[in-house]
Amino acid sequence: MILDLRIPLGLMFTLTGMILTLFGLKTDGDAALYARSLGINANLWWGIVLLAFGLTMLILGRRGQKHLERQPPEPMEEGRQQRGH
Amino acid sequence: MLNLTYIDWLIMLLYFAFVLGIGFALKRSMKTSKDFFQAGRALPAWICGLAFISANLGAQEVIGMGASGAKYGLETAHFYGIGAIPAMIFVGIFMMPFYYGSKARSVPEFLRMRFDEKTRALNACSFAVMTVFSSGISMYAMARLIQALHVFDGLFHALGLAPEGIFTFSIVLSAAIVLLYIFLGGLTSAIYNEVLQFFLIIAGFLPLVLLGLRNIGGWSGLKASVPMAYMHEWKGVAHASTNPMGIEIIGLGMGLGFVLGSGYWCTDFLVIQTAMASKNMESARRVPLIAAIPKMVFPFLVILPGLLAIGLPTPHTTTTVRTVNRVIYHDTTIVSQQVEQGRGLVPAKINPVTGKPMLTASGQPLLDYDMATPNMLLHFFPTGILGLGLTALLASFMSGMAGNVTAFNTVFTYDLYQSYIRKGASDRHYMAVGRWATVGGILLSIATAYAAINFNNIMDTLQLVFSFVNAPLFATFLLGMFWKRATGHGAFAGLIAGTAAAMLHHGLTLPIEARTGIHGGWITVLHHYPSDMAQNFWGAIFAFGTNFIVAVVVSLVTEARPEAELVGLVHSLTPKPARALIAWWKRPEALAIGVLLGAIAVNIFFY
Repeated sequence: MILDLRIPLGLMFTLTGMILTLFGLKTDGDAALYARSLGINANLWWGIVLLAFGLTMLILGRRGQKHLERQPPEPMEEGRQQRGH
Repeated sequence: MLNLTYIDWLIMLLYFAFVLGIGFALKRSMKTSKDFFQAGRALPAWICGLAFISANLGAQEVIGMGASGAKYGLETAHFYGIGAIPAMIFVGIFMMPFYYGSKARSVPEFLRMRFDEKTRALNACSFAVMTVFSSGISMYAMARLIQALHVFDGLFHALGLAPEGIFTFSIVLSAAIVLLYIFLGGLTSAIYNEVLQFFLIIAGFLPLVLLGLRNIGGWSGLKASVPMAYMHEWKGVAHASTNPMGIEIIGLGMGLGFVLGSGYWCTDFLVIQTAMASKNMESARRVPLIAAIPKMVFPFLVILPGLLAIGLPTPHTTTTVRTVNRVIYHDTTIVSQQVEQGRGLVPAKINPVTGKPMLTASGQPLLDYDMATPNMLLHFFPTGILGLGLTALLASFMSGMAGNVTAFNTVFTYDLYQSYIRKGASDRHYMAVGRWATVGGILLSIATAYAAINFNNIMDTLQLVFSFVNAPLFATFLLGMFWKRATGHGAFAGLIAGTAAAMLHHGLTLPIEARTGIHGGWITVLHHYPSDMAQNFWGAIFAFGTNFIVAVVVSLVTEARPEAELVGLVHSLTPKPARALIAWWKRPEALAIGVLLGAIAVNIFFY
C-alpha cells in the first residue's frame, strides 16, 4: 500500500469542515437562512464536528504513513499475523 | 425551489477533486493485473470492511431504504437485522476461508475450482450482464433524481443551456468520474473511494436525522405522529395481517434471512471482491464482520429519514393575514397539489398527462416514496450543509456504480476473456483488457440508462430477471462448500432448475391489488399474496428449495470428484488453520459473537 487512506480522507473532511465553519460564522444570526434548520446554525456546528473528525484522521494517517515508510510493504503470507496498519 | 449557492458548489467540487485525486495518486502503484483487479491483496481489514458495505450503499439502498421506511416503518430494519447481519457473520466465519484460501480471483472462478467449467461460465455470464445493467439502472435513477431536485437547473440557466440536457449531463458526469478513477487505480481506487463515500454519507445524513428528530419532538414525538405498527420491528410479525409489510415470520425469516440476504451477502462478487482484496486470511474473515458493525446502526441513518418524512405535518396552502400601518396583507403560501395530496413530506405521484394525482385501487393518492429522503434534505438543510447532503447523495450513487464496474471488469477479464477468448497472454495484456473492459462496461451502462427512458418497464423487468437468477444461488454455494459429494452437473442443473422455479412461481402468483403482468400472474393466478414483498420472499424460498433438491439428486447420480482435488474448497476436507499466534479476543470468531450480541440488542430496542 502506497498511500494511507486516512490522509486524503482527513484532508477532505478538514477542508469541508473549514468551509462550513467559516460560512457558518459569516452567516451566524441570519434567521431567514436558518429557519429551515429550526434556528440552529447547522453549518457552524456540523462544520466543527467535521473539522474535528478530519483533523483526527489526518493525525492518525500521518502516523500510519510514517509507519508504512519505515517498513517497506511486503506481501503478508496467509494466516500470519501483522501488527497495526 | 432549490437555491444552491457558491458554497454548495464548492463542497461538491472539493469532493470530485478528491475522488479523482485518489485515482491519480494510486496510478503509479498499478503494476500488475493483481494490483489492478485485486488491489494487490494488500489492504487492511478496516478499509475493506467499510468498502464492503459501501459497495452496497448505492442509490437503491439510500433512496430505497428511506422509501421503505416511509412505506413500511421500522419493519424495514429487518433487511439489516435478519437479511444482512447474520449473512455477513456467516460469510466471514464459514465461507471466507474457501473464497480467500482457494486463491480464486473471482466468485465465478471459485465455482470452476469447486465444480466445473460450465457452472462458472453460466455464473460469469449472468453476473457480467447483471452488473452492467445494475450500474445503468443506478445511473438512470441518479439522473432522474438530479432532474427532480433541480440540482443543475441554476447552472444550466446561468450558462444558457437548455434544461433538457440535464439528464445527459448528469449521466456523463458521473460516468466520466467513475470511469477515470477506476481506469487509473483499479479496485484499490474503487475501495478507497468507497470508504470516502461511506464517511460522506454519514456526514450528510446524520445531521438530517438529528434535525428531523428535533423537529418532530424526539423519539416520543415520532412515536406519536406515525401509526403504532410503524414503530415496531417485530411486534405483529407473527401474522401477515398485523404488520405493514404483510409478511409472516416464516416467509420473513426463511425468505429474507436465509435465502435473499445470504444469497446477496455471501455470493455476490460485488461485495465479496472487497473482502478478497485484504492482506491475509484473518483480515479477509474480519472484513464482513467489521462491515456488520456500521450496518447495525444504519437503520438510524437511512430508514429514519423516510419515517420522519411520513411523520412530519403535510404542508397546506395557507393564508396569514397581518396588518402593517393599517394596510392589510394577505400572505398566501401556495403548495402544489403534488405536495398537498401527499403525506408528511412524501409527495403524491402525479400523472404526467392529466396533472392530477394518481390514485390506488382504493381511491387513496399514490405516494412517491422515493422522494422521502431527498425531500427531507431540501426541507431541513440550509445552503452550505445542503451542498454536503447532495454530495453525499451523489457519492452513494457513484459508490454503487463503481462496485459494479470493478466487479464487471474482473469477471470479464478473468472469467470470460482469459478463459474463453485468449488464454496465456502476458499480464500486461490482461491489465490493458481490464482497463478497456471498464470503458466498455460503462458505455453499456450508459446505453442501459438511455434504454430505461424509452421503455418504461425496463428497470422493473431487469430487476425481476435478476431476482430469478440470484434467488437460487446460495444453495449452490452452500452445497459446494459443505457437502463434498456435490458435483458440477448437480450444481449446473440446480441453478437452471432454481431459476426456472423462480420464474414459474412469479408467473403463478400475484400480490393483492396488482394487475397481472410485470407484478406476476402472467401464466395464471393460483395464489394471492398480501404484498409484493411477501411474493418476493416466497419466490426466493421456492427457488432455493428447488435448486437444493435438484442439485442433491443430480449429484447423487453423477460421479463424484476425487477428494484430493477438493482440499481447500470443501469444509470437511480442509485442515483447520493454526491459530496459536493470535490472542483469542483478536480472532474473527470473537468479533462475530460481539456483532451478534449487538444485533440482538438493537432488535430488542426496536421490538
